[in-house]
Amino acid sequence: MSGNIELLGDTLAAAQAEGRAALIAYLPAGFPTVDGGIEAIKAVIDGGADVVEVGLPHSDPVLDGPVIQTADDIALRGGVKIADVMRTVREAHAATGKPILVMTYWNPIDRYGVERFTAELAEAGGAGCILPDLPVQESALWREHAEKHGLATVFVVAPSSKDERLAQITAAGSGFVYAASLMGVTGTRATVSSQAQGLVERTRATRADLPVCVGLGVSNATQAAEVAGFADGVIVGSAFVKAMLDAPDDAAGLEAVRALAGDLAKGVRRQA
Amino acid sequence: MPSQFFIPDPEGQTPSPEGYFGAFGGKFIPEALVAAVDEVAVEYDKAKHDPEFAKELDDLLVHYTGRPSSLTEVPRFAEHAGGARIFLKREDLNHTGSHKINNVLGQALLTRRMGKTRVIAETGAGQHGVATATACALFGLDCTIYMGEIDTQRQALNVARMRMLGAEVIAVKSGSRTLKDAINEAFRDWVANVDHTHYLFGTVAGPHPFPAMVRDFHRVIGVEARRQLLERAGRLPDAAVACVGGGSNAIGLFHAFIPDADVRLIGCEPAGHGVETGEHAATLTAGEPGILHGSRSYVLQDDEGQITEPYSISAGLDYPGIGPEHSYLKDSGRGEYRAITDDAAMQALRLLSRTEGIIPAIESAHALAGALEVGKELGRDGLIVVNLSGRGDKDMDTAARYFGLYDTDAEVAADADTDTAEIEGDAK
Repeated sequence: MSGNIELLGDTLAAAQAEGRAALIAYLPAGFPTVDGGIEAIKAVIDGGADVVEVGLPHSDPVLDGPVIQTADDIALRGGVKIADVMRTVREAHAATGKPILVMTYWNPIDRYGVERFTAELAEAGGAGCILPDLPVQESALWREHAEKHGLATVFVVAPSSKDERLAQITAAGSGFVYAASLMGVTGTRATVSSQAQGLVERTRATRADLPVCVGLGVSNATQAAEVAGFADGVIVGSAFVKAMLDAPDDAAGLEAVRALAGDLAKGVRRQA
Repeated sequence: MPSQFFIPDPEGQTPSPEGYFGAFGGKFIPEALVAAVDEVAVEYDKAKHDPEFAKELDDLLVHYTGRPSSLTEVPRFAEHAGGARIFLKREDLNHTGSHKINNVLGQALLTRRMGKTRVIAETGAGQHGVATATACALFGLDCTIYMGEIDTQRQALNVARMRMLGAEVIAVKSGSRTLKDAINEAFRDWVANVDHTHYLFGTVAGPHPFPAMVRDFHRVIGVEARRQLLERAGRLPDAAVACVGGGSNAIGLFHAFIPDADVRLIGCEPAGHGVETGEHAATLTAGEPGILHGSRSYVLQDDEGQITEPYSISAGLDYPGIGPEHSYLKDSGRGEYRAITDDAAMQALRLLSRTEGIIPAIESAHALAGALEVGKELGRDGLIVVNLSGRGDKDMDTAARYFGLYDTDAEVAADADTDTAEIEGDAK
């Protein structure tokens, strides 16, 4: 069974056709529990998210700030396994019909087996993967299997990426490109980095047909509107996780992420 | 004039252009660090071929560090090793008390060449942190050291030394609160501050070019030891023995002996409470290939690629990864790796102290315990060189608790006498 790379492309194209940016939400699997995590994904989609990235928690999340580290820690202590991540993808996609990606570090997939992982993710209805510590020059094996199973390979670009490097990355990537708005780890920030727009423009200049979505530090509707003014998609992660961590109980957490997704969905349609 | 002390690998022993030693190494880093890591590689390559760099580094290594370091024969200690001759390469006598300064001075010079004004580093036992804080004081660089919270407690003396030298020490409270987590936190800092910050990585792990570059800065250990042994013992050793955490002092000793096929290269990993208990940090003995901190190498991990929490009494060896060149040496059979328990290391620490008047670091004591085993295997004709990578001052609190050496412990004096008698008895 082939993965949902085409659904991802169609979803981003549909948002573009509406003259707006897509809203992409990140939530870790197994947080606060596996079932609770699935409910949270349904809630953010209900609130207006177009695409969801499901985090596969890792013991050593080097690119994540304290908020996602805390959630990963809760998920791992709860015993989350790759099978639970696959179930999360399957149930979230089945219930909503939306494209669901996995975001994780390379070692869990390397250890699990690239063929086994890509086959299972495609079978679960997944649309692709974001692997921020797998640079393009180490990605050939992954891309071979991802392509075979109809999964997108979303690479991350950074403000420090040189133009020739951006060209290599967009040539190898599929689905969309994740443009990190700033130099740093995940986490909410008060303002959108001034580096983001320039990076989006430099990335687009290397390949016109690959959408460029912006993440890192975007947490509210005003920022989402600002980013939507120059990017194809707005990626929000830590703000959702923080909303759940701050909520007094799981039910309140679901309401909080639904409401935040609703605000952000308005933001991506407003465009500052 | 070629450098006496900065002796990068000769051609033919370099990793591939992508940073691979066989199947191990590479550059598994986030895109945000690619430009910075590439800059380090380019700058190091330039420096390697620049006589000015070699001259500056030589000058520091002689007049600041105190190279060459001594080679000390330890006959009273060796009586407990089946009578083999044992020599210690005295990296503990370097300024700051360990081998770490060799690499730190090299990278501090590179930092200056790159025009960066701030240095960050991880530290386990605090030896790399102290060396880094020292170089930053010397060069006028801002310095931040990440150290696991557990390690800040068990190596409190080194925390005070780093602060005395003007460094900021940040106690890392995530994960296992040891060296692995300190490295995670240093990477997070580097991603955010890479424009003006150099990550002065302390071991032969991490993304290319760090494994090869850090090795090059430590290569002097083996080059000197080889020459000194030929002068003093008239032949090459049967075995070169070193402790391995990340693997920097071991690769520094081993590398010059790699072409000498008859010299066994023996790395001593921390077995903690015993490999069979699961409470250890014996990565090459019990790990599987994987990716940690930017390169492919052996890693302690579960079936799903989650890194498992390591344990060792030694903060400097308490790490679930290992430099990729060691993984290559293991798989090629050129290197041998054995696991040494906490208890064996602590006994070796006390034995060297009492027979030779040299108090080793707990890290280095793992190599000494390994040498006791290897010596017995080799017999009376054996010749062993051990890298005494660091001195034990920093470990006196751990050792005092382990052996009950504090005044509050009423039986200290009596114990000490009995123990010495036991040690002497063992030798017979």
